[in-house]
Amino acid sequence: MSKQNISLTNANDDVVDIASCRADFPALSQNINGHSITFLDSAASSQQPAVVIDTVSEYGRHDHANVHRGVYTLSHRATEAYEGARDRIGAFINAASRSEVIYTSGTTESINLVAQSFCRPVLQRGDKILITHLEHHSNIVPWQLVCEQTGAELVVAPINDRGEVELDALIAQLDETVKMLAVAHVSNALGTILPLPKIIAEAHSRDIPVLIDGAQAVPHMPVDMQDLDCDFYAFSAHKMFGPTGTGILYGKESHLDKMPPYQGGGDMILEVRFEGTTYNELPYKFEAGTPNISGAIGLGAAVDYLTKFGMDQVSRYESELLAYLTEQLQTVDGVRLIGTAERKASVQSFLLDDIHPHDLGTILDNQGIAVRTGHHCAMPVMEFYGISGTARASLALYNNQADVDALVDGLGKAKDIFTA
Amino acid sequence: MTSMANNNDELRELYRELILDHARSPRHFGKLADATHTAEGINPLCGDKLKMYFQIDADNCISDARFEGSGCAISVASASLLTDTVIGLKTQDALRYFSALVDRLAGRVTADDDDSGINLGKLRALEGVKEFPSRVKCATLAWHALNSAIHRESQAASTE
Repeated sequence: MSKQNISLTNANDDVVDIASCRADFPALSQNINGHSITFLDSAASSQQPAVVIDTVSEYGRHDHANVHRGVYTLSHRATEAYEGARDRIGAFINAASRSEVIYTSGTTESINLVAQSFCRPVLQRGDKILITHLEHHSNIVPWQLVCEQTGAELVVAPINDRGEVELDALIAQLDETVKMLAVAHVSNALGTILPLPKIIAEAHSRDIPVLIDGAQAVPHMPVDMQDLDCDFYAFSAHKMFGPTGTGILYGKESHLDKMPPYQGGGDMILEVRFEGTTYNELPYKFEAGTPNISGAIGLGAAVDYLTKFGMDQVSRYESELLAYLTEQLQTVDGVRLIGTAERKASVQSFLLDDIHPHDLGTILDNQGIAVRTGHHCAMPVMEFYGISGTARASLALYNNQADVDALVDGLGKAKDIFTA
Repeated sequence: MTSMANNNDELRELYRELILDHARSPRHFGKLADATHTAEGINPLCGDKLKMYFQIDADNCISDARFEGSGCAISVASASLLTDTVIGLKTQDALRYFSALVDRLAGRVTADDDDSGINLGKLRALEGVKEFPSRVKCATLAWHALNSAIHRESQAASTE
């Protein structure tokens, strides 16, 4: 596979070629420990293009004020930028309405919001929440908490050795006691893409609502809320080239309408009296207090940036690069791949000989290569494989074959040191 | 910016032969059935988990020490070196090693201004972590567990 194959030709004049995008990211032009940087940890947090950094900075310099409050020019500007970003984010995920796009602090808060506001009021002893064995801790612990609070039970659908959810087993677990099915779109530790259309259809045929943890999917593939038909979808700005501390909860309006507020405070109210308060309309009902205005505006800029390339192109480019990564890792003697699902995105976890991932991470960093090492906030996955952690290389649209080649060289260096 | 050659030297300092030897063939590895004092060391960052066992006599002498668990080369080598060091020591002397080593690896004390009166000896092989701030915790994990065990703290020691 050559780099030429990966840079796709421009059939559509509106679509910008991905191959040139690396220069858009200031952090990727530096040297680390004497080597040009090889950043392979976008699944933890992605780098930001200059346009996102500048948009946030310009907002701080010229347009900052509180939103939805003032009658003066700056407040109008801030509100317009903040709400304009919501519209573009909604269009990016094809939500049916802007009322369905709620700003949160990130995927974690989005899932906690659903657990506490949608599930907690109705859950009873004997009810179940169904998740899978490959979930990130943020799609496990919020459900454990609500189960403790209500006496409901958390049940887990199994995975196989390749890191794929056992679909038949999951479907068999869907019965009338299950009040929520919460699954990842893409596994952060294994890269597995879950067969969502099938899973959602099976759940809906039994009237079971579905929440998708989309943190690892949105930066890598087209995501369409109306097509998926999920009930809730959570994702984070900082994994899709935006700032930290911002994320989205998408929810179907019919659900959100019925849910009580998650937090109380300013901005989520219409009228406050000591006798009682009338809540604001959607989506503001779930946005108490002054929000992360600059974060939301930065996420809007990140969405514009991704839209320039088109998510189909991003997905094709990254699939080919992931195939190259997987193929090249297998040329290194002593590499064991963890997560070999048939349908994958962006992520490859691995072990090298009996070198602990933490040692591997230090040796790679010494050569300017950033990979994640450890349990990746998915300890049950590590337990399944009987390991304490892995090294994980994860890709984004700014990575290329040279990054993969640097990683492979770096692994050779680690072998040298440990067999010295 | 450090040159590549220096980087390489720093790595070789970190993964010295003595460290790799103890990581590959840890001394006193396993459970101590008649331990009087135990403690766990957990490093949540990387999932290192060590259980330290000590047999401490009535006269506060550490007559035996063992450990089990899993961790990176640095944390396993450090635990192995710990057992080599503290067997035969009075607990108060073992704690002096703990303080001296932790101060030295954290950069609070240099070899020149070290007035602890402790000769770190082969524990100095751990000094390579000073150039790798995120790895200092690995090198001190077992020692924090030793400190907890001697003070009979029931909670797991953590480097956090």
